[in-house]
Amino acid sequence: MNNSPYFLKPASVQSVMLRVLVALLPGIAAYVWFFGAGILVQIVLASVTALVAEAVMLKLRGKPLMLFLSDGSALVTAWLIALTFPSIAPWWLTVLGTLLAIVVAKHLYGGLGQNPFNPAMVAFALMIVAYPLLMSQWPRVDATDFAVQWQAIFGNRQILDAVTMATPLDALRTVLRDPEQRAMIGGLLGTKATFGNVGGKGWEWIAAGYFLGGLYLLQQRIITWHMPAAFLATLCVISGAFALHDPERFAGPGFQLFTGGAMLAAFFIVTDPVSGATTPRGKLIFAGGAAVLTWIIRTFGAYPDGIAFAVLLMNIAAPLIDMYTQPPVFGHKDKRGGPP
Amino acid sequence: MSALQRLFKFHGGVKPAYNKEASTGLPIAVAPASTLLVIPLHQSIGGMPRPLVKAGERVLKGQRIGGADGNASSAVHASTSGTVVAVEMRLMPHTSGLAALCVVIEPDGRDEWMERHPFDYRSASPTQTRDYLRDAGVVGLGGAVFPTHLKLNPGKQGKLDTLVLNGAECEPFITCDDVLMRERAETILKGAVIMRELLAAGQVLIGIEDNKPEAIAAMEIAARAVNQAAGDSAMKVVAVPTRYPAGGAKQLIRVLTGIEVPHGKRSTDYGVQCFNVGTAYAVYEAIALGQPLLSRIVTVAGNVSGARNYEVLFGTSMRDLIALCDPLPDSDRVIMGGPMMGLLMPSDDVPVVKATNCVLVGSKKLFPPPPPEMPCIRCGECAKACPSDLQPFEMYWFSRARIFGKAQEYNLFDCIECGCCAYVCPSHIPLVDYYRFAKSEIWAREIEKEAADVARERYEFRLLREEREKQEKAAKLAAKTAAGREKAAAALAEATKPAATPEEDAKKALIAAALERAKAQKEQVHPENVSNLTSEQQAEVDAIEARRAEIREMAKPHLRQDD
Amino acid sequence: MFEAILVMAFGAVVLGAALGYAAVRFRVEGDPLVEKIDAILPQTQCGQCGFPGCKPYAQAIAKGEAEINQCPPGGEEGIHKLADLLGREFKPLSAEHGVEKPKSVALIDEQVCIGCTLCIQACPVDAIVGAAKQMHTVVAPLCTGCELCLPPCPVNCITMEPIGESVETWKWKYPVFKINPAQREAK
Ligand code: SF4
Ligand code: SF4
Ligand code: SF4
Repeated sequence: MNNSPYFLKPASVQSVMLRVLVALLPGIAAYVWFFGAGILVQIVLASVTALVAEAVMLKLRGKPLMLFLSDGSALVTAWLIALTFPSIAPWWLTVLGTLLAIVVAKHLYGGLGQNPFNPAMVAFALMIVAYPLLMSQWPRVDATDFAVQWQAIFGNRQILDAVTMATPLDALRTVLRDPEQRAMIGGLLGTKATFGNVGGKGWEWIAAGYFLGGLYLLQQRIITWHMPAAFLATLCVISGAFALHDPERFAGPGFQLFTGGAMLAAFFIVTDPVSGATTPRGKLIFAGGAAVLTWIIRTFGAYPDGIAFAVLLMNIAAPLIDMYTQPPVFGHKDKRGGPP
Repeated sequence: MSALQRLFKFHGGVKPAYNKEASTGLPIAVAPASTLLVIPLHQSIGGMPRPLVKAGERVLKGQRIGGADGNASSAVHASTSGTVVAVEMRLMPHTSGLAALCVVIEPDGRDEWMERHPFDYRSASPTQTRDYLRDAGVVGLGGAVFPTHLKLNPGKQGKLDTLVLNGAECEPFITCDDVLMRERAETILKGAVIMRELLAAGQVLIGIEDNKPEAIAAMEIAARAVNQAAGDSAMKVVAVPTRYPAGGAKQLIRVLTGIEVPHGKRSTDYGVQCFNVGTAYAVYEAIALGQPLLSRIVTVAGNVSGARNYEVLFGTSMRDLIALCDPLPDSDRVIMGGPMMGLLMPSDDVPVVKATNCVLVGSKKLFPPPPPEMPCIRCGECAKACPSDLQPFEMYWFSRARIFGKAQEYNLFDCIECGCCAYVCPSHIPLVDYYRFAKSEIWAREIEKEAADVARERYEFRLLREEREKQEKAAKLAAKTAAGREKAAAALAEATKPAATPEEDAKKALIAAALERAKAQKEQVHPENVSNLTSEQQAEVDAIEARRAEIREMAKPHLRQDD
Repeated sequence: MFEAILVMAFGAVVLGAALGYAAVRFRVEGDPLVEKIDAILPQTQCGQCGFPGCKPYAQAIAKGEAEINQCPPGGEEGIHKLADLLGREFKPLSAEHGVEKPKSVALIDEQVCIGCTLCIQACPVDAIVGAAKQMHTVVAPLCTGCELCLPPCPVNCITMEPIGESVETWKWKYPVFKINPAQREAK
């Protein structure tokens, strides 16, 4: 018979993960609205792959199957992979990425709770290094025809040129790297046609959807305010400072926050508790650091979005951050009533 | 008056279902004594009291049956009059299921008191008062059973700012303090007055969780009366927000005064001291009425249909107590204390002791077995809930991996085992079990290490001593005439092995010399106390000598073997 | 590409600096190896390891003249600690040196003791008191349970009594990893 406490709060890993999935729904809805239903195919692909891979790995490692399979953690990883990969990526790219995430990044490191790196980000990083081209073909905002996207995913890549475009981030960087075109940046950022109002057409609404989901997670006390606040604020400050300094070269905070995966990262990726920092101050440092690295890679790096690399780099530092940011223990704070 | 008090907050805490109403409906009842009272001698923190009675002896109610062992210990008393039938090992109310020395009393039903005298603490010295309370067996009744006399010491500065009376009672199901405050508020405050005087405390803050309005009202009325009589406003009843573990001494001190007393420090160094309301009641009974601590209020709750508070004599079997409350048929366990921190009892036939604030009857339905343990996902829920501001998952990680040094670095010993972390953990990890395991391992190692250090020191000392003795003997030997030494050596060398090395010769010579000396000494020395023996004594001595000689004979083969 | 390398290099420098700092900050002051080994040995001073005490055995280990698995009182745990300290491979306790036993203390049957002082001489930690031809007794808290006093006793009046558990010394057990409660109940 167990020892005290004899009753527990009705909480479980499963319910935490389910609520994270729910929180992703508004963002997904916006995604479908602007970029077509291809993303749903990717989500299904990733989910099925993740569950199968999870089941096989659990079996191999001799862990109870149903217990761990139903915890929902594999699904969260799968959805994050689907949402960070281009929605018209070929099916095998998503499957391969998910396999790597679940088999290598999760189970080979010891399974749930043991992985030092965010599995979804490992998948993204590996795939973008291996298949840089495929990983940067995003659907055009107006090419939302499901049949075309379906074809693109399952085989016929020829039709791609008609439906893809560079993401705003990509476009921005291409321009940035070509000194002759630099003068265009200001103009580019102003074009509502490609760039919508703030973060790129469509993108800003997806970001808003993630933001909404993030608020839900905050309200459910699944995440604390530290990580999203630090991530967004840091990104805002650093991009704002550079944009002020040279608005011709650097995109401003509005763009940085609402484009690419910034919102997703702020509420769903850096907040992954397993691989991140856990102390309150540590969370601030972790998310702030991730934001700085994201901005650096976005602006100067070779890859379109720097979030994956930024998060992985911070994952390495997480144990160290935790070690140095231990909150003071009861009675060890320097407060009123120190010993006489 | 409670509105004026500024309150502080402690970090974390949880709000479990309180389940307190069931046992507050009826007033306190007196539980009848069991047919046998089993009174453990060791009922408090500190040294194990020595038994003062033997089987067959008649004892009176209130008679001391276990004497405090040193100052950091507390006496125990016969809770009713009767006959001691045994002083023996009996099952203790402890999860270990181990036995300890108990005095078993068969009550005679007369409940005959010993002579009782109030103790005039005003004309006694503080030390005398503390000794008196130690011998009256007064200990903290909140559950930690720390000897009260050790805490009734204002410390270096000789006075305190604040005396805190703990009536928060934050654990679910438990209501013994609640009903005590409702029914006996004046007595509690009379005890508080005595404690305040002994501690020279400026104010008395009585902290009660705001889910006990009746208790707060009763205590406020009593406090007003006391304040009026004294002409000051020292007694303040303060309603504190209901949140487990607001009744932890450290948490309550924090809430009422803002002071955080670190682990391992005395709260008096910070100008506060905290007692349970039941302890104040016991202090009053001991000092003003001359009655040692013999009984306490115990909540019987949980899987019973007649939950209620009883005044129970120590030594009463929990089984008899539960029987008074109609336990439901699916009951499968007895817990001493509440559902958050209580100890699982090895059987229901264990005695009620000073630490028993609640006898909680459990069942599978009431306390279902925890869902399977999952790996920690580092979600930080536990850290959010921990009232000691710890990082429970780090301590868990290292305790589980048996890396105890690291667990200690994460302040394992600041953990008060409140159970909040395990309560909220979505992975259902029995976190507190890991801490208990790690703590007891660390303690055991500490003890082992101390023993090893003593052994090392003593061993090294022995080596030193042997060395010194050898040198001394050698010096003595050298002082003898060279001729004599040579002769002895030569003779020995011839008689034994011719191939003996000079070293061995010297050793042999030493032994021979020592033997001779011993012989000579033996002749010189006269045993003491043998000159004026009666013939009887002489006969006895002779008999012993004869037996020894016999044994020596018997021993000879062994000796030879060993040589 | 150049920028990417720069970024990575920057990360590497930051992390390297942090790790370096941690290494400096957490470096343990080294004390002599023999002391460290001796601190792990149980100080029973029983000689089962083949050396006349724990310290000599510690010295032998430090010099590499002895294996780390020769101390029965230290048991598996002790060997693990030694292996960790010395960076050697764990080996099970060598059978020729004895077996791990529960900790015991010596008890002299005071009715039988003849006061021969042989046990006093044998006790490595002077835990036996008594004088010639007087009854002897063991000061239990000082006894290491080395059993060295047993063989010399001419009347075999010394026995080893295992130290039982009491409520005070009882240890909470390692929590069982309950994966499947249904299975547990079926047992
Ligand atoms: S609450 Fe449980 S799962 Fe969450 S961090 Fe704490 S121990 Fe880990
Ligand atoms: S049991 Fe210990 S670690 Fe857990 S919440 Fe309570 S004090 Fe904190
Ligand atoms: S075997 Fe005995 S003497 Fe040798 S190290 Fe172990 S305890 Fe010490």
